[in-house]
Amino acid sequence: MARHWRAGAAGLAVLGLTLTACGGAKVGDDSSGSDSSGSSGKCGTFNLAVNPWVGYEANAAVIAYVAEKDLGCTVKEKNLKEEIAWQGFGTGEVDAIVENWAHDDLKKKYITQQKVAVEAGPTGNKGQIGWYVAPWMAKKYPDITDWKNLNKYASLFKTSESGGKGQVLDGDPSYVSYDAALVKNLKLDYKVVQAGSEPALIQAFRQAEAKKTPLLGYFYEPQWFLAELPLARVKLPDYTKGCDADPEKVACDYAIDPLDKIVSKKFADSGSPAYSLVKNFNWTNDDQNLVAKYIAVDKMKPEAAAKKWVEANRSKVDAWIK
Amino acid sequence: MTVVMEKPEKTAPAEKTAPVVGVRRVSRRVVVAAILVVWLVLFAVLRGKQTLSLASADLTDLHRWFNDVNDSIGADRNSNPFFLYFFNEIRLVIDNLVTFIQELISQPTEGRPVPQVGWLGVVGIAGYVSWAVGNWRVALLAMAGLTFMGLQGLWQESMDTLALTVSAVFVALLFAIPLGVWAGLSDRFNRIVTPFLDFMQTMPTFVYLAPITLFFLIGPASATIATVIYAAPPAIRITAHAIRAVPETTVEAADSLGATRRQALLKVLLPMSKRTVVMGVNQSIMAALAMVTITALIDAPGLGKTVVQALQSLDVGTAFNAGLAIVVMAIVLDRVATAASTREETARGSGGRFQAWRRPLLGAGAVAALVLVYLSHTYVWAAEFPGDGTVGSKIASAADTATTWAQDNLSGLTNGFRDTLTNGLLNPFQTLLTDSPWWLVGAALIGLGVVIGGWRAGVTTAVCVGLLVATGMWSDAMTTLASSVVATVLVMVFGVVFGVWMGRSMLVDRLLRPTLDAAQVMPPFVYLVPFLALFGATRFTAIVAAIVYAAPVAIKIIADGVRAVPETTVEAATSAGCNTWQIITKVQLPMSRSALTLATNQGLIYVLSMVVVGGLVGAGALGYDVVAGFSQSELYGKGLAAGLAIVLLGVMFDRITQAAARRASA
Repeated sequence: MARHWRAGAAGLAVLGLTLTACGGAKVGDDSSGSDSSGSSGKCGTFNLAVNPWVGYEANAAVIAYVAEKDLGCTVKEKNLKEEIAWQGFGTGEVDAIVENWAHDDLKKKYITQQKVAVEAGPTGNKGQIGWYVAPWMAKKYPDITDWKNLNKYASLFKTSESGGKGQVLDGDPSYVSYDAALVKNLKLDYKVVQAGSEPALIQAFRQAEAKKTPLLGYFYEPQWFLAELPLARVKLPDYTKGCDADPEKVACDYAIDPLDKIVSKKFADSGSPAYSLVKNFNWTNDDQNLVAKYIAVDKMKPEAAAKKWVEANRSKVDAWIK
Repeated sequence: MTVVMEKPEKTAPAEKTAPVVGVRRVSRRVVVAAILVVWLVLFAVLRGKQTLSLASADLTDLHRWFNDVNDSIGADRNSNPFFLYFFNEIRLVIDNLVTFIQELISQPTEGRPVPQVGWLGVVGIAGYVSWAVGNWRVALLAMAGLTFMGLQGLWQESMDTLALTVSAVFVALLFAIPLGVWAGLSDRFNRIVTPFLDFMQTMPTFVYLAPITLFFLIGPASATIATVIYAAPPAIRITAHAIRAVPETTVEAADSLGATRRQALLKVLLPMSKRTVVMGVNQSIMAALAMVTITALIDAPGLGKTVVQALQSLDVGTAFNAGLAIVVMAIVLDRVATAASTREETARGSGGRFQAWRRPLLGAGAVAALVLVYLSHTYVWAAEFPGDGTVGSKIASAADTATTWAQDNLSGLTNGFRDTLTNGLLNPFQTLLTDSPWWLVGAALIGLGVVIGGWRAGVTTAVCVGLLVATGMWSDAMTTLASSVVATVLVMVFGVVFGVWMGRSMLVDRLLRPTLDAAQVMPPFVYLVPFLALFGATRFTAIVAAIVYAAPVAIKIIADGVRAVPETTVEAATSAGCNTWQIITKVQLPMSRSALTLATNQGLIYVLSMVVVGGLVGAGALGYDVVAGFSQSELYGKGLAAGLAIVLLGVMFDRITQAAARRASA
């Protein structure tokens, strides 16, 4: 038995040595010149939260790309839901959130009360929430895009979920919505049904257009899906300042929200070049939609999408890091 | 994978009513019917009164109090000694463990662009270990499975997921096995620990994900701990069950030979229950893999991240590819663990010649594995998986094509089916539950609990009803209950049809089982996106999702039950001239009654664990409340209350059906 054992071991050793001899390139041979370790001293590590939607990812990808290539930062992207990203300001694990949709409650908690975060100015993107119908409906019923006519069409929007009324489909509960109050205060014969997530909402609009079925739903821009399917916006009573002050009594359209950036207090005081990049970062809805389209529709990796956009828009980028 | 199969415990005293079973069964049916009739009559009279409904933005005092507690914990995180010296220490230990494994197989380390052990080394080790603990067949499976993940272009993601799963299961077992042994030895401890286990398994993860990152910070520790909470209970339950299942006579024999308690445990109880304990390990692994996409929301690296990112742009193909890698990993781990649990018996059976060769072969295998590890540490071709994942993109585009085809061609049919079921069954039932006064529904539930499960189950039901009212989520709980019951009924229909089929034919079993495993670990959103296209964002889609997840468990349990019917009985029936239909309905199903009850129990609990996913695809109610609580801080307390309501529904039905199962087997 022992002989077998020895023979086996010897055979394997020979095999091992043979493989080693004709092994090929060794790990570490190419001296890994890709990470620019030389210039990383000044910027250090930059913890960038990435919230789970494509528009945010576009912002984050471009900022991360510029921070790494131009400023020599070590960027750590952290994929987090919004709430948890905000929580990270307090524990020091998140430096910046680069697309924030209002969230007055979180601002109150972390900026005013706990004083661990500060605002870092608008991203330049304008967030616009509203009610939309599938494009084929706007063509067939041209007057449907005025809220005053919605009751006339209510029976079209009946579904198995809406209890005999028309259905207004809402999406992800993270987004601000006072649709229930709108339905009540505008005396609409509708019921708000919760789709519960963005994929559910997008899929609903896609099918509505493909099958020419009626659908009225909550949506928002900037959003990559609008490039695929330009939904028709329903005109609600005009927004006037303060008309949304009491969430129970809202009877007007959603305000246009300038999206903004939030950074941790520590990061803002650190003097890091990454902070001034975040603070200066500013672009338009079209810019974001383009990068979002690269990611969502053309299925490019976020870094590749960012590279493509940065190379085509060098002057804008230079203004952020001047 | 939520709740483990908990067979009705034999040690529990059979209900005193057993001798008059025949008389009781008839009268029990009558009583159930009477309760339902009284309920319907009162419903007609009292409809819409005292329904305790709560608008979606409204909060109760309890919800506000939960909010305050949550805020105050967050506010003094950095000054609280409990955090500084307790949670931080735990975090450090677990972080180090995970980082160690990650640097070994998945993440580049200091000064190295690749992890210490490359793909060839991992494949080698996996093959060797699977062979050593199992057999050569699972070793081949493990090596093929890992290589497949590499070909999919997901090597690093898979290794990250593997690293997290291995650490989480390791930590879970560290606690679960001792606790399980204790619960197996002590009835008292078992009674204390059971409610905690119920809680850990049915409380939706969304509810405690944010607090966990507050306690243990963002990073591998939080992801591991969230996974441990979900993955430990099955191992505890099965270990306890295994210890209890050791025949009493054996233990007595050891006692009479003068064995100490310690000796009895180490030499008798543990070795004899080893096989079942390994099944617990198995279930822990499955549960851990079911958490992969959820922990991706708190920055856990790996396949979950790929799925979540792909779904942001509804890229079903890419998400399916990553989901498939999770399924492959689950099947490999499952089969290896199963082979490990049965190895000794098969080895003993195969005779001494093999045994004699085993040691030298093991040694040689170890050397071979080490050579591969060395190669993969040193050379680039063995460190980084070659190729650019063309298999993966082919899988992705095939999945896309299939999805598009189904969406374009099937939706006419599916809508009709959905509307029939919703209007004919779901809506009336939901109205009955939500529009009756709360005390009427509560009384009916308690009555049904007493009649079906006995007095003790009745008391539990009463407590649960009371607490449900206290959560302030009564109306939403009733909506969720209606969908869950409908889903469970459908799960049982599938369970009986496929379970009997599988139970009667080994071939069918072997063909269907991988599909069932896949349905249990494939991240739900991967198949939900096409379902959303077919059925829209509706309660029906949520029911379908629940069926996909829960039916496999019911099918497996019923198949086992049917197979356990003694061959001789079936033969006797055949020779008495029964046809196949008669054998199934008159012999096999009645004789596996306790398996049917158990399948109902597990079916409903698995359905309840999909409530949150349901909330993401249009079910509203409790699932939506939990998701909303996770996304908006003012709603946190309400989300927590909704989570509690799900737990209460689970406990209520678990106790009633388990009591009923005990009766069925008595």
